[in-house]
Amino acid sequence: QYVPVKGDHVIGIVTAKAGDVFKLDVGGSEPAALSYLAFEGATKRNRPNVQVGDLIYGQFLVANKDMEPEMVCIDSSGKSSGMGIIGQDGFLFKVSLGLIRKLLAPKCEIIQELSQLYPFELVLGMNGRIWVKAKTVQQTLIIVNILEACEYMTAEQRRQALAKFLGK
Amino acid sequence: DPPRPSPGDTAVLAGLYGPAEAKLSKELPDRTALEVLLRPKVGLPGVLERSREQQLRQTCEAVVLGVLHPRTAITLVLQVLSDAGSLLSCCLNAACMGLLDAGLPLCSLFCGVTCALSPDGTITLDPTARQEQDARAVLTFAIDSRERKVLLSTTKGSCSVEEVRGAGGARGRGAPRRGAGPTPLCLPQMQQCLVAAQRAADTIFQFYRDSLQRRYSKS
Repeated sequence: QYVPVKGDHVIGIVTAKAGDVFKLDVGGSEPAALSYLAFEGATKRNRPNVQVGDLIYGQFLVANKDMEPEMVCIDSSGKSSGMGIIGQDGFLFKVSLGLIRKLLAPKCEIIQELSQLYPFELVLGMNGRIWVKAKTVQQTLIIVNILEACEYMTAEQRRQALAKFLGK
Repeated sequence: DPPRPSPGDTAVLAGLYGPAEAKLSKELPDRTALEVLLRPKVGLPGVLERSREQQLRQTCEAVVLGVLHPRTAITLVLQVLSDAGSLLSCCLNAACMGLLDAGLPLCSLFCGVTCALSPDGTITLDPTARQEQDARAVLTFAIDSRERKVLLSTTKGSCSVEEVRGAGGARGRGAPRRGAGPTPLCLPQMQQCLVAAQRAADTIFQFYRDSLQRRYSKS
């Protein structure tokens, strides 16, 4: 199970709107809190358009065992740097925490090989959640299946599987 | 398709949930609230199940590092699939494997071993239901993996408390003390059972190691 850590970037699902704070499910023992002001360019008048069920990519500001975790979608300089509400469409799925760390390593082979297959958008959350969006639903599902199988495949098996798709 | 135990085996299915959000009434401010639910094969859980649940809970709380997850709840559900003797030690083993599988932080592992002491003094490990019935006393121990210390000790049999304490004084002599009451369980015999259980624990811990290796090597 995922344990929130300060500074980790995760994908959260909005479960409730309580006044000025959104409650996000991040896969931990309790929901994380996200203030509506923690978005780039958000003011009391200019609120972000967040609905229950939306996906948010943010980082933990406060995360320790004694307090409720708090998330923000801006970094220390106030810029969003890729964080915020994740757009429509796409596919969210769960993998093990170990695979995420492998994928986030610099020059990850899996990502490089996949990018030769189809163009796609990818968001990796340290809480084991991955969001993928490719041009068609079929392409998206192929990428999802390959990423899920990467858990147990060796590099050789992966290249064979990708070669099959490239051949097609 | 889960592996089916052969008929005549004691089998317990363990499911572990958590650390999850705890209800305000149940949450503890500095540690996790561990709850054990034991469901018998037939019928509703009764007083015996409740007492077993508390014994299992105390054993698990001794190994789980609850302080790492304050104000959370961990629920362990044990379903008895079949009972052919040595049920409590089977539950202990299932509980430990459940804790391992869930990846909870533990300070050590534990295993359960049951000893049956027959009227003529022979010790049988992991007795069947028949052997348990014929035995003079049935002892169950939960043994920890670091120094083979005892985490839980349950005795069911003809044994009066005074005799156990009295036998403690005569430990050096090793001769059974005579006294009032039904056939007393003298301490040297209890120690023999404990030593046998500690040796058996090695086999069980090796089994844990092998299962985990198999689980993480390939899907």
